[in-house]
This record gives sequence, C-alpha cells and structure tokens, in this order.
Amino acid sequence: MYIKMSPNNFQQQYFSHQHRTVIEPARGWRMLDWRELWAYRELLWVLTTRDIKVRYKQTVLGAGWAILRPFITMVIFSVVFGRLARMPSDGLPYPVFVYAALLPWTFFSTAIATSGQSLVGSAHLVSKVYFPRLIIPLSSVGAGLIDLLISTGILLLMMLYYGVGWSWNLLAAPLLLLFVIFTALGVGTLLSALTVAYRDFTHLTPFMVQIWMFITPVIFPVSLVPERWQWVLYLNPMTGLVEGFRSAFLGRPFDLAGLGISFAIAFSVFLVGVAYFEKVERRFADII
Amino acid sequence: MSKPAIKVEGLWKEYVVGHPKEQHGTFYDLLAGTLKAPLQRLRSLGGQIEDTERFWALQDVNFEVQPGEVVGIIGRNGAGKSTLLKILSRITAPTQGRIEVRGRLASLLEVGTGFHPELSGRENIYLNATILGMGQKEINRKFDEIVEFSGVEKFLDTPVKRYSSGMYVRLAFSVAAHVEADIMLVDEVLAVGDADFQKRCLGMMGDVARGGRTVLFVSHNLTALRNLCTSGLLLESGRPKALGKIGDVLNQYSSSRATGDGMSVDLVDSHPGKPAWVQRVAVSPKERNGNSHLSVSTAFVIQTWIEVRVPDIEIGVFLHCHDSNQNRVFSTGSFFNPQLSGMKLGAGQHEFECEVPGHILNDGEYTLDVMLVRDRHEVIATESSILSFRVHDEPLGVEGWNWPATGVIRPSLAWSYSMEKSTVCNSSSALPLIVPSATGV
Repeated sequence: MYIKMSPNNFQQQYFSHQHRTVIEPARGWRMLDWRELWAYRELLWVLTTRDIKVRYKQTVLGAGWAILRPFITMVIFSVVFGRLARMPSDGLPYPVFVYAALLPWTFFSTAIATSGQSLVGSAHLVSKVYFPRLIIPLSSVGAGLIDLLISTGILLLMMLYYGVGWSWNLLAAPLLLLFVIFTALGVGTLLSALTVAYRDFTHLTPFMVQIWMFITPVIFPVSLVPERWQWVLYLNPMTGLVEGFRSAFLGRPFDLAGLGISFAIAFSVFLVGVAYFEKVERRFADII
Repeated sequence: MSKPAIKVEGLWKEYVVGHPKEQHGTFYDLLAGTLKAPLQRLRSLGGQIEDTERFWALQDVNFEVQPGEVVGIIGRNGAGKSTLLKILSRITAPTQGRIEVRGRLASLLEVGTGFHPELSGRENIYLNATILGMGQKEINRKFDEIVEFSGVEKFLDTPVKRYSSGMYVRLAFSVAAHVEADIMLVDEVLAVGDADFQKRCLGMMGDVARGGRTVLFVSHNLTALRNLCTSGLLLESGRPKALGKIGDVLNQYSSSRATGDGMSVDLVDSHPGKPAWVQRVAVSPKERNGNSHLSVSTAFVIQTWIEVRVPDIEIGVFLHCHDSNQNRVFSTGSFFNPQLSGMKLGAGQHEFECEVPGHILNDGEYTLDVMLVRDRHEVIATESSILSFRVHDEPLGVEGWNWPATGVIRPSLAWSYSMEKSTVCNSSSALPLIVPSATGV
C-alpha cells in the first residue's frame, strides 16, 4: 500500500518497509520528483562535504586556497585591466569594482565546470547504485558555496579598507546569491547531462566559460555599452547578477529592468536544465 | 497470502550496441578514423542510426518473489543476470514491462561503492553507508559493529588509499553487510578478498538469508547458491528457462550446459565489440569412437572454437578447471606451448585443442572457465563456469580392496618393492617390481 504522509515524513516514507516502488520504462518528459530529492537530502549533504574535504586534501595551504584564488585573480585583473588598460570602473576603486563581480563569477564558472564533469566523474556510482542523479551536479555546485562565503568575507574587508559600499543595498545580497545558485544549477545540470552523451562538452566547456566571462561585465562596467543596447547584455543572466552584486555591495542603485530580464532568463535556464536532466537521467547508466 | 516482495511482469531490456570497434592498425588508420568519427556521429544525430545493432538483454521475463525468499539467479555470462539486477535496483530503466517492489531495497552490486581514496576509513563508512541508503542515525547506531566486523579499528583515521587491498575490501564489505533492507540484491560480492574472508562473507550471507529477508543473489558459485538459496531462476540468453526450487533449477542448469555430442556448449555472441569471442567449447575423449564417456583413465581433449574479428592479433585460450568444491584443479594456456606463444591469428574461426592425459582427475564433476587472452597479458573475454563434465569412477579391480581411491587427483603411480635385508622372506630370490597400479589399468 502506498502511504500518504505529511511533508516532514518524506524520508521515512521513501525508506519505509511499506514503500512501494514501481519501475517502468522511461518515456518523454517528466516532472522532477521533489519529494524523492528531499528524501535523499542526507546523501546530498554527504557528497557535498566529501567534495569540500577532498578538494584541499594533501595541500599545504588547505582552505587558504579558497582565499588566495579570487584574491590573486583580483590582483592580476587590477594590474592588467585597471592599471595598464585603464578600464573605466564607474568611479570606484578598480580592485573592489572587479572583486565584487568576481565573487559571483568565480562561483558560477567553478560550479558549471565542476558540475559539468561531475556525472562522468561519478560513473562508478551511477552504474552501481540508485539515487536521484540530480544529487551529483547539485553537490558539486553546493561544494562551491563555502568558497563563495570565504571570498565574501574578503570583499567586506576590502569595503572597509576602501571605505565604500556600506548601505542598505547589502540586504539584497542573499536574494542575488539565491539566483546565482539557480543559474549555476541550471547550466551545470544541463552541461553534466550533455557531457554524458557527448564528451565533446569536456573540451568545449573551458572555452565557453572564457567567452562567457568576456560577454559578462566582470572586468568592464555596463556603462561602457551605449544605453539603448544595454538590454542585450542583460539577456545574459550573469550580467544582471554581476551588476546586482555590484549594486548590493558597492551601494549603487539597482537597474531593476535589467535585473528583471536576467532573473527571468536565469529561472528559465534552471527549468530547462533540470527538465532536460530529468529526461535523460534514466539512460545515464547505459551510456556513461 | 502476503503480497509478493517483487513482481516482474513482461520485462524487456534492449541495448543499442555499436559495431566492433575499428582497430587502428597504423597511424594513418588512426588519423582517418578520428577524422571520420565526428562525421559519422553527426549523421547518426540526424536520425539515421546506421552503425548500430540492437541486442535484447532480457526478453519477456516474468516472476514473483515472496517475502523471505532467497532466490539464486543462475545463468551463463551474458544471460542477463546483471541486467536484471540493474533494472531491479533502478540503475537502468527497462524498455518494456513493469516491476513492483514492496519494501526497502538495497543493491550490493559491488563492495565499496563510492569509496574515496583520499578520505579516512571513518569518513568512507559514512559516505558508503549513505550511498547504500542508510540514514545518519542508523549509521551512528551501527558504526561500532561495522568497525568491529571489518577489523580495521586502528586505521580508522587513515586515508583508505593507504590501506592494503585486504583491509579495503573488509571495510567495504562490513558496511554492505550492515545495510538493513527488506530486499537485498547481491551480485558476486563474495568474489572478493582472500579465502578466509570469503568464508566469513558467505557466513554473513547465510545469516542474512536466514534472517527472513528477501534476497536476490547472482553468483557463479554453484555450491554457495545451493547452500544459501531456497529457489532459483535460470536465465538463458535473456529468457527465463526455469523457476523453482534451487536444487531443480541447478540440475537443469547443469544438464542444459551439456548438450550436443558428448559435452559441448555453443555460446551466443554477447560481446559484439570485442576483437574475439568464444563460440563453442567441447570436452570429448581423445579416442573418438563415438563414445563420450569419460572415466578416470580416459585421456580427453578440451576444444575451444573462437572467432577472431580483427586480423593479425595474438589471441590465446586460457582454461581454469574447478572441481565441485570450487577448488581450482589446474589452469593452462595455449601459449604455454612455445610454438603457439606469439602466434598471430587471422580473422575467422580458429580451434584450440588441449589434451588432458588419463589418470589425472579423480571421479567427479568438473567445471571449466574459458578466457581469451590477447598478447599473453590482456584478458579480453571470460566465460565462467561455461561447461561442466563428469569424470566417472572406474573400479580399481583389486581383490579384497573395496574402498574408492579418494583425493583431488587420481594419478597412476608406480609401486615397487625391493628387499632391504633378507629377514622378511626365506627365499633368497628378491621379489621383482609389483606394478599393478592403484587405478586398475
């Protein structure tokens, strides 16, 4: 018998002795089974912590790399683009200007690169045991969150140093963070599913990430583009998010129209990514 | 009557398999192949799926398993046993059909699923157990038991990459053995570790089986199957051939493998991608007088027919012979003969013959594993327990001696006698050789 249970009992239900599982051929599109995903949340947690633990195993600096990586990138960008190329930065100190953008960008690019490879890298799991496959790209995205938190701390220190940005806009940061995660999940799941069938994406993704960075206003401000064409930039969901982060952390007004476009696209990307993933999920074990 | 724990209705599974991989003989072939591949891939994206073959791994499988039943799934390699377990554990989806599973199901298709070499034993216990479907509380409760069973207490905080392979397997198996589920799917998990540990694993499996849980068990170890299982399901080329009491199914399995003239078996090609495959294996007396009877004194030959798909490669045949207690009696390879070692084969059918002299094997049931070995080191095909044959007893013919000649082997040994001191016998003429062998030739 199939027992209907209250939401806090999903886990008991999924792993109960009365649970009835029906296995049928996979056809067409199907909805993501949120309740099943929720029942497997412990696995998501365990795999995420595994990714975090393993990342800095046998390194001398350990988690110090989480601080150093974005910091070094910031220094290089500040020297090359800020000093040498004299890139405009809307009147803000270039280091803090570029770092506020690197925050979401580094998280996003690392997340899509690692989650894109995650399924292929977990072939031994996929072919040996069942769990909602979505957990694998989810956990690689989740593992990047800790780095994001650490680098946010550095940004706050830089804001203190340069004396910019302390405003109520900071309250918008959690919402923006949520949307970066959604966008990364959407692109990451899509890439991970595509990589299983077409390993070409292993070679393609690094280029994609590079090009994506240059069409996202990370090293340059949106104001570099004529105003009537700026909406084109916002079709790239990362534009809205990067600019949003700058507004939140550096106390500039939000471009709500642009943010709206980017949010809508980010959410669509998420839906498409997860839907495609769910569609092909059941074939993974056969082709991985 | 209670509802079945597993109910399988009209289950079919189809795999799309590519043609045998093109071999890259020269650098030019390699280059051309690499350049052509994306074009072919693109064409197949356009809907024209040419270079593929379809292969039914399971065809119309129907069965029910009652709660508490321990079912052995029996069949040759490629019969669909593992595919069935994969579908039941939801790793891969069926092409057609419907399965209903009642209760919590755990699949142990290998030990140590998800073990990460960089993590410590402790961390891996949590990781592996969670992957196998245990909750944190359950793991906390069983942690000490798991550690104790594995015997790696001292190394709990050492990364498992520094473990010996024995320790690694012991830890992995103890986690698997402590999974609590109503239904367990077990695939050859026992084929790991040293003999002593295998024995413990079998004991553990016995406890599980007697503990009232439903178990589906795939193994080539017929003795283990007979001891552990209550019923059996025999699969042959993806079709269910028999379902019933384990003894009956095992008997049918043994007899189904010895068909044709004497004892031979024809295989289906289930590895279309491999450069060579075993088509047929036969055991027959060396003296071909129409009689397929083997007795302890009969010299016999093991013939292996193989098909080679790729020209000019070195393929050798390797044999393992086991007795009914799973002791390996001998193993031998065609390339043990220096003249055959290094020999390149052309594409097509080839026959290898191995002659086993009489007076070696004792009476009993023997099972052969046949392997194909490329370049004397790479095993490209393994057909386990592919053929059984019986060696019949022969009376010793010694008057007054009524016992059989026991032992793993039954050699014909020479006995002699010579007089040391002439205190035994009054006659001064020493007795000559007393040859009559123990085998009664």
